[in-house]
Amino acid sequence: MKLPPYADTLGIALASAPGEPPLLTMAFGGAVIGRPGFLHGGAIAGLLEMAAIAALSHALGDEGDRIKPINVTIDYMRGGRERETWAQGIVTRLGTRIANVEAMAWQEDRTRPIAAARMHYMLTRVSASAA
Amino acid sequence: MDAPAIPFDPSSLQRLFDARIGHGGMLGVRYERHAADWCELALPYDARLIGQPDTGVMASGAIIALMDMATSCAVWIRRGGFVPQATLDLRVDYLRPATPGRTVIGRGECYRLTRSIAFVRGQAHDGDADDPLAHVAGTFMFTGTGA
Repeated sequence: MKLPPYADTLGIALASAPGEPPLLTMAFGGAVIGRPGFLHGGAIAGLLEMAAIAALSHALGDEGDRIKPINVTIDYMRGGRERETWAQGIVTRLGTRIANVEAMAWQEDRTRPIAAARMHYMLTRVSASAA
Repeated sequence: MDAPAIPFDPSSLQRLFDARIGHGGMLGVRYERHAADWCELALPYDARLIGQPDTGVMASGAIIALMDMATSCAVWIRRGGFVPQATLDLRVDYLRPATPGRTVIGRGECYRLTRSIAFVRGQAHDGDADDPLAHVAGTFMFTGTGA
């Protein structure tokens, strides 16, 4: 799985082994800082969205299916501090045309998420048998 | 609601952006214009922000960041000064993909202000305001003691 230029710009990398459910990490740096000492909400949203797309691509496999975001709702629960951030997406429903995906971002403690996202994606399936 | 101690001039944001400070500076965001309860920011197209390499479409995360900043600025403009705030939630509807190569304009509006919460909405387009590419709605909470 290859992440797009936007992920590189934010300092997002894949932390899981190939074939495993994708786990993403985002290094702390100037590109993702908001107010002094905290991550920018937009950078957290970018990470959550990348985690959701990675989870969905993983679930779809290498069929060449196209995915388009319909909408996203992001809940911010804690301020992101000056350290590494992790994120993982979960496909809660994979339909023929629509996928529901959730993603969670955390820092030192996975049970204390800093933000979560709920997303809908439109799917264009290459092979009808995938449905 | 007391007047905030720190004045906020949206056009001064340009200096921060020009210095390439923080996430907004990295994205290349520019100040466009503002009025009493809204603010318009621009996000020029940049190959570093591509989310779909095969089409060249900008990552939707960059649009969220733009709208987060535009709606935040709208709150500070309406409050009459800078007040610390935290985003509670932000919902973005992607009406259509941004056209590769075009600058995205994001207009954030603060349509309701209470003692502790600011309600915001906004739209993004890439040249024609009547053909928006994203619609957002969100809430911010004031976090300062005097908020």
